[in-house]
This record gives sequence, C-alpha cells and structure tokens, in this order.
Amino acid sequence: MAGADQRKLSFPFPDTSGSELPSEFARLREEQPVARVVLPTGDEAWLVTRYADVRGVLTNPLFSRAAAEAPGAPRIGHSGPGPHTILGMDPPDHTRLRRLVAQAFTARRVEELRPWIEKIANSLLFAVNVAPRPVDLIATYTLALPLKVIFELLGVDYEDRDKLHAWAEVIFSLNAHSAEAVAKARGDLNEYLRTMIDARRRKPTDDLVSALIAARDEGDKLSEDELVDFVLILLTVGHMSTANNLTSAIFSLLRHPDQLARLYENPELVPDAVEELLRYNPFTLTGTQLRVAVADVEVGGVQVHAGDAVVAALGAANHDPSVFADAGTLDLARDPNPHVAFGYGAHHCLGAQLARAEMQIGISALIRRLPNTLRLAVPEDWLTWRLGLTARSLASLPVVW
Amino acid sequence: MTGGWRLELDRAACRNAGVCVGIAGAYFELDADGRSRPRAELVSPDDAVVDAAFACPMEAISVLDTRTGRVVAPGSLHQT
Ligand code: HEM
Ligand code: SF4
Repeated sequence: MAGADQRKLSFPFPDTSGSELPSEFARLREEQPVARVVLPTGDEAWLVTRYADVRGVLTNPLFSRAAAEAPGAPRIGHSGPGPHTILGMDPPDHTRLRRLVAQAFTARRVEELRPWIEKIANSLLFAVNVAPRPVDLIATYTLALPLKVIFELLGVDYEDRDKLHAWAEVIFSLNAHSAEAVAKARGDLNEYLRTMIDARRRKPTDDLVSALIAARDEGDKLSEDELVDFVLILLTVGHMSTANNLTSAIFSLLRHPDQLARLYENPELVPDAVEELLRYNPFTLTGTQLRVAVADVEVGGVQVHAGDAVVAALGAANHDPSVFADAGTLDLARDPNPHVAFGYGAHHCLGAQLARAEMQIGISALIRRLPNTLRLAVPEDWLTWRLGLTARSLASLPVVW
Repeated sequence: MTGGWRLELDRAACRNAGVCVGIAGAYFELDADGRSRPRAELVSPDDAVVDAAFACPMEAISVLDTRTGRVVAPGSLHQT
C-alpha cells in the first residue's frame, strides 16, 4: 500500500485483543528504539522501548510529569491523574506528598499486614468454592481482594465499592468514554471524597485518610485539593492496578498449564512467580503516564525537544532480550528479574510492596484452595477486554475446575 | 571535607526501585549490578537526601549527623 510507510505509527498499537505483547514492540526495540507515534488524541509522542532507555527516561529530571499535566500538553486520552496528584508533580512537590504516606507502604509495614490480607483472601475463596460454576474470578476474587484491602487501609466504606469502582473505570479508561463522561465521573468521585473527608474531620479514625487530614490541618503539609486528589489516587490506582495484574497473572498461568502445574507442585515458588508474572504481563500498553521534556535532551541517539511527550513502554522494556534471556518465555523461577513493572525512579510505585504481598497471597491462597483442575471455562477468544490508560484488562475471567 | 551528614545505604536491603536516584540523583547513583549507592559518603545537609531516605520503600537509606551522631533519617541499619 503506497504511502503506508510514511504514516506514523498509531499508539497504542491497534492489535489489542491478542494474548501476546504486540509484535510492534519487539520490532521497534530492534529497529527504531525511540519512535515517533500518534496517540488516540491526535497528539504525538516518542515511544521508548529499550530497557536501558526506559530506565534512563524515568530517572531523568528533564522528563517531567508536571509538564505533562500542564494545559496544552500532549495527552494520551481524556484524563490523567491530574496536576494536584503525586503522579502529576515533580520533586520536590512530589516528594513532599510522597513522604506523607511512604511509611505506610514500606516493606516492613506491609509484612505486618500479611495475616490480615490472607484472611480476606481466604474468606473470598470460601465463597468462590461454593459458588455455581463457572465462576468469574474477577468479580469474586481478583477485584474484590485489592478493593477490600485499599478500602480498609483508607477507611472508605466498602458498601460503596460498586459506585466507586465504576467511577474509577471511567476515569482511567483510554477511549471508551467521552471527555464529558470522564469529567463527570471525576467530579462525582471528588464530591464523594470531600464529603467523606469532612465527616472524618469531625470524627477521626485510625486510617490513612485521617493521617492525611492531620498532615493538612496540623502540619499544613498539603492543600485541600491535594488532599482530596491524594485519596482519589490511592483509592483508584490502589485497587485497579492490583486487580488488573492479579487477573492477568492468573490468566497467564491458565494459558501456560505447565507453569501452573509447576506452581501447584512447588508453592514456595510463588514470590518469584509473581515477579515473573509482573514482568511477563503482555497486557501492558504503556505502563507509565506520559512524560514531557522540559529541555532538549537526547534519548537512545534521538534528539527529543523541549515540549515533546515521551512514552516509556514498560512492557517492551520487560521483554528486552538484552536484559531478559528468552524474554518471551514465562519462567516462574527466573532469577535475577530486574523488571520495571512498577516503574522506575521518583514515581516508582508507592504501593509496590503492598501489591506484591496481595499478589503473592492471592495466588498462594488460590492454588491452596482450588484444585489443580482449574481452567478457563470458555475459549480464550470469547473473552472481552477493556482499554485503560496504561494497560488493558479482562472484563471477566470465567473459570471451572 | 564537606561536613554535616553521612549517608549509609544497606545494599542487601536495596531492591533497586531507583526512587532515590529519581528524587536525589545528585546524591545517589546506580552501580553496575543495578543497586543504588551514595555518590559521596559525606554531604552537606540537603532536604533532597532526607526525602530520598523517607521515600525508599525498603528503608535502605540512613542519614546521620556526623557531629552529633543524631539519626536524621532512620534506615534499616539504624532501626531499633
Ligand atoms: C500490581 C499492582 C501495581 C502495579 C503493576 C503498579 C504500577 C505502577 C507504576 C508503573 C507506577 C509508575 C507510574 C509512572 O511512573 O507513570 C505506579 C505508581 C504509583 N502507584 Fe502503583 N502499581 C500497582 C499497585 C499499586 C497499589 C496497590 C497502590 C496503592 C497504594 C499503588 C499506588 C501508586 C501510586 C500512589 C503511584 C504514584 C507514585 C508516585 O508518583 O510517586 N499502586 N504504579
Ligand atoms: S530507593 Fe531504596 S530500594 Fe530504591 S534504589 Fe534507592 S536505596 Fe535501593
């Protein structure tokens, strides 16, 4: 087709129904590691696909998240985290906010939460076990577990989960909803949180929201908008990323029966398996939010100009054969495994240790409580997918055993 | 000698998230095996260093005041 070569690549790549990482990532990593792409909004960006370049971009202060939230900046969809959030700022503003809650998410703190997370997982699986089959593991387990965990850490009423999750889906969807629908969902969620924060002010409790309110009211460490948006980000990102990754991980295991069998036989492999499932996850679209260059800067031999947007493709980096031998193979015992599924640098996932614990416990409990005949209830191509801002995710995961 | 603070990094605890390098790249760098290390052990007081220490998910970074011995930011090497 004449002219097709001249056309810039559309990104995310159009093939978004398969169960493999789109092949374009491997081709670009080889041939054009910093490639010009057109985003769904019509804005353009540089797509960075090599591991070393991805880490380089994510630790370089010249690539700014604040600049990417500024009016007029290139955008990937109708929404983003927003300029008042930890994910929409650069150090030192970013760090001021991150410090307020970092202690609640350290490896040490998360260790203490494990027995409690295990209890939640076990009680959910009790219901899964007695439910009529096929069972949708998302509704009953992979979404319910992270929802319960983050709602309780924040002190948000679990009764409101359906409404809150639905708003989050709209806010973090790539292109399924209009700009107006996204703005309305964000407005509704904001109002819900403002009401909740007001109530909590009058009657403080022992949770993260009350701790953030105290940081605002007593320490003047953050503004009211920052407070509301912080809770919004923790609540939404805090359950959606984990739910998507836990679902994708279980789906990948079901697609690799040899690896699933290996796990049933060697449950002590679970921690390594989780790292590998995070690395392997073929459903990562971008992995991170856009960065915008605040000065001219070179990446992988390409001159990026001030104002240009950059996408650091975590999925492509995690499948870079110069770092991961047989990168396309799911090897649950892979070691070392320096994947970047949680990002890298200043914005490296705040919830990474918590997410790791949830995924480890989620998978351990699953193989302990469901028999090894566990399998998909329908052919793979019957499954439906949703496109989010950074990843795509299954709409349901029907299983039988 | 630049006086003031001493940086200590528990390399066994470091999980290579690059947070410290992203927040305070003037003070931390990644070595060949991908772990972080302080560029210099002794530094002048700077909030960015404390920010990095408090943001480290593994609590691998400690900041000590060289004169008083006070722990400015407690990492895993200095927790009781
Ligand atoms: C498996 C699950 C998860 C994955 C794969 C994941 C992945 C990521 C990634 C890639 C980033 C960096 C984004 C960027 O640089 O643009 C990030 C940031 C973040 N994540 Fe997660 N995440 C997960 C779970 C969680 C959980 C459970 C929480 C709840 C606390 C959370 C809260 C955050 C926050 C607040 C940020 C922003 C940090 C900052 O800007 O300093 N995430 N996550
Ligand atoms: S922030 Fe902590 S875990 Fe991450 S690289 Fe620095 S020292 Fe290591």
